[in-house]
Parts: sequence; structure tokens; C-alpha cells
Amino acid sequence: MDSLAIFGFGDVGWGWQFVAGLSVTLQVALLALPLGLSVGLAIALTSQSGNRLVRGFASGYTTVFRGTPEILTLFAIYHGGSQLVSTIGRELGFTTGFVLPGVLAGALALGLVFSAYAAEVWRGAIAAVGDGQKEAALSLGLRSHTAFRLVVLPQAFRIAVPGLGNLWLILLKDTALVSIIAVADFMRQVNLAVQSTREPFALYLFACLVYVVLTLISVKALRRLEHRAAIPAGR
Amino acid sequence: MRPFRPGDEDNAMNPEIVLDNAARLLEGVQVSLALVGCSLLIAALIAVPLAVLLRSPNGVLRTMANGYSAFFRGSPLIAQLFLIYYGSGQFRPALESIGVWWFFRDAFLCAVLTFSLNSAAYTAELLRGAIDAVPKGQWEAARALGLSRMHLFFKIILPQAFRTALPAYGNEVILLVKASALALVVTVYDLMGTVRLIYSRTFDLSIFFWAAIVYIVFVEVLRILFRTIETRAFRWHVA
Repeated sequence: MDSLAIFGFGDVGWGWQFVAGLSVTLQVALLALPLGLSVGLAIALTSQSGNRLVRGFASGYTTVFRGTPEILTLFAIYHGGSQLVSTIGRELGFTTGFVLPGVLAGALALGLVFSAYAAEVWRGAIAAVGDGQKEAALSLGLRSHTAFRLVVLPQAFRIAVPGLGNLWLILLKDTALVSIIAVADFMRQVNLAVQSTREPFALYLFACLVYVVLTLISVKALRRLEHRAAIPAGR
Repeated sequence: MRPFRPGDEDNAMNPEIVLDNAARLLEGVQVSLALVGCSLLIAALIAVPLAVLLRSPNGVLRTMANGYSAFFRGSPLIAQLFLIYYGSGQFRPALESIGVWWFFRDAFLCAVLTFSLNSAAYTAELLRGAIDAVPKGQWEAARALGLSRMHLFFKIILPQAFRTALPAYGNEVILLVKASALALVVTVYDLMGTVRLIYSRTFDLSIFFWAAIVYIVFVEVLRILFRTIETRAFRWHVA
């Protein structure tokens, strides 16, 4: 039972590193979430614009981010951002190299990917609310802006919850990708533990199971949220 | 296969980097295609029986199938890749003694195995949903005609379920194409692995741009292909 000690919090245990890693994992996910939700909503609205050029931008945006592997987006933003920042630094006269913080690059990349998928969910939800709601609100004298914010959006959110919930589950797993750009998330801590203990099978199995548990917890919470958000029967 | 090149900056969106490394990139594309093709084939073979198990009246079988599905759908693909490629190394003597070590020693084959197992879980779930969606009358009518259980399932239910599952399956194929880029973490030089290698030698960001275009074209072609299949090959299906 010696090998079990590596999961603990003792001298040879990696428990604390795993806990620290999990908090970084959640940080990345929770930073990416609001970014993805809001940009996704903006893209969804853009895709309904009367202007063809604006509409084209929205569809290009979703095509690009949904057609590119997440890891490629992540590399492009991490390395691109770092080069950009160090170029600016050089122009300003700093000589030391600068690297974009991995957590930020990771959250940005995953948030953008999330937003492309979220845009589709938002668009469907807004369409499902129907024009009647908006028209009724406008005829009551609400401004178009206010009508959307107070009448259409809350109803659209109810419809969007299951779809957005699925995206959250995907996001949670995708955070493991940031381990590749040296962010000390849970996955990376497990990699480090493997290097020092040479117990890859048990540790990676443990890692998978931890993510499964995170997923199950999320599913449970989401089901609650869905239940609350659902339109009451027999309205 | 020499040139990686650029060292100087200011070569924004220079297609030269692609032309210089064309042979290497082409090889990467071939590896990616092989990775996706093999994985899809094996995943499809596993998915059908797995979908049946997911609907099995036998509680033990169903629980096992559900556990498999929850494991592969609930954890990151990258962790599964590590588990199978590096994890198997720990059992080298045992794997050698049963003569399968050559398989687990190979990063490409491990990636194919991981992608297959992972994709099979997703495919089985959507197939399960599609089978459930086949109207009850179809089962009853087939039974009334005296079809055997095999015939009933393979000739009546499954073709209709395939039709229902097709759009979602198209998405799954696209997700697998994107996921295949992850193989680079176990040292497979697929397109993404090659691209990262080129970047690490040249620090030329435009290689990411060109790679993105290749993936996007690939994904769009698949999307159009599946839409065509939906409208053409299933004309008999009345929605």
C-alpha cells in the first residue's frame, strides 16, 4: 500500500499540489466562462444584424473557432500574445523577454472557443423566444435595448441553460490543455507527480476519475439550475 | 526535409514557411488523416454493440456500459492519452509476455486506441438516443411480421436510427478531427505536431495561421459531405 501514499498529504504525498492544481483548473474555467458567455451573446446578436458585412463577420468568427483545434487556438494565442507583448516591451525599451501568463492565455483561448459554440446556443434560444415578445414589449413603450434586456434575454436564458451547461462540461475538460503551456493546473501537477514517482498508470487513472467526479458534480448542479430555469409547466 | 528557416522577424503571413516545409507538413497531414480514419472506423465498430449494451435490460451489463461511457465522456482526452500511452509502460513485462507490447510502445497506435475508445463512447450515446427515438410501432410491426430479433434490429431499427443520428454523428466526426491534434502530446507528428515543431525552430507565428486554414477547410468539407449524405442517401426516410 506504499503507492497509495502518493495521493495523500504526507511527506511523499502530492495531495497539496493536486489541490493547488485543481484551484488553478477552476480559475481558468471560471475566467473563460463569463468571457465565452458574453462574447457568444454578442456574436449571436451580430449574426442577426441587417448588415450583410456584420453578419458575415459573425459567421466567419464561429467557423474559425469551431473549425480550429482548441490546442491550435491555445498555441496561437499563447505564443502570439507573448510575441506581441515582448515586441511592445522592446519598443518601450525593456530588454527582458516577457511571456503572456499562461492562465490568461488559456482562459482567453478557451473563452473564445466557448463563445463560438455559445453563439449558436444563444441564437437558437433567442429565436425560440419569438418576435411576439419583443413586439409586445416595444408596443408597451420600452426601448429596443430595454426590451431585449428585460423581456427577451431572461426568457432566452431559460431556453439556453441546457445547451450552455453542455458547453461548461466541455470547457471543464478542455482546461486540461493549459497544462501543455506550462500552467500549473491539475493535469500538470499530475504530470509532475508522474515524473517523480514513476507511477503513470495509477496517477493518470486518478486524474481521469477526478475529472469524472468534477463532471458529475457539474451535471448535478446544472440539473438543478435547469430545473429552476425551466419554464413552469402549464403556463 | 531540411529547411525550417526564418530567424528574422517581419515576415507576416509569409506562405514561404509552408512551401519550405511542404514535404514535412504533407507527411503530417497524412498522419492526421490516418489517425482520424482508423479511429473513426474502430469507434464505429465499438459503438453499435456499446449502444445495445447501454439499452440492455440486464442491469449489470447496462451499469458497465454506463460506467464506460461516463469515464470516457467525463474526463479530458489528453488525460486518457497519457493513461494509455504512459500508463501502459508500467506494465511492460506483462504486456510483453502476452505479446502486445509492440502495440503499446507505438505512440500512433496508442493515440488511435484512445481516440477510438473515446469517440465510441460519444457515438454510442447518440446512437442510443436515436434507437430510443424510433417509434414503438416499428418494433411492433416488425415483430408482428415474425422477423427474428437480429433481423428486426439490423434491418428495421438500426437503419432508421442511423438516419436520426446522422447530423449528430457528423458533429462527432468533426470533433474527432479537432481532437486528433492532441496526439502531439504523446509525440505523434501529425499536422499539429509538425506545426509545433516548425514553430519551435522558426518562431514564425504564421505557421499557426496556415495550419488553422487546413483544419477549417477539412472541417467544412466534412460538414458539406454530411449534409449531402443527409439529403441524398436517405431519401427514403420520411421525416
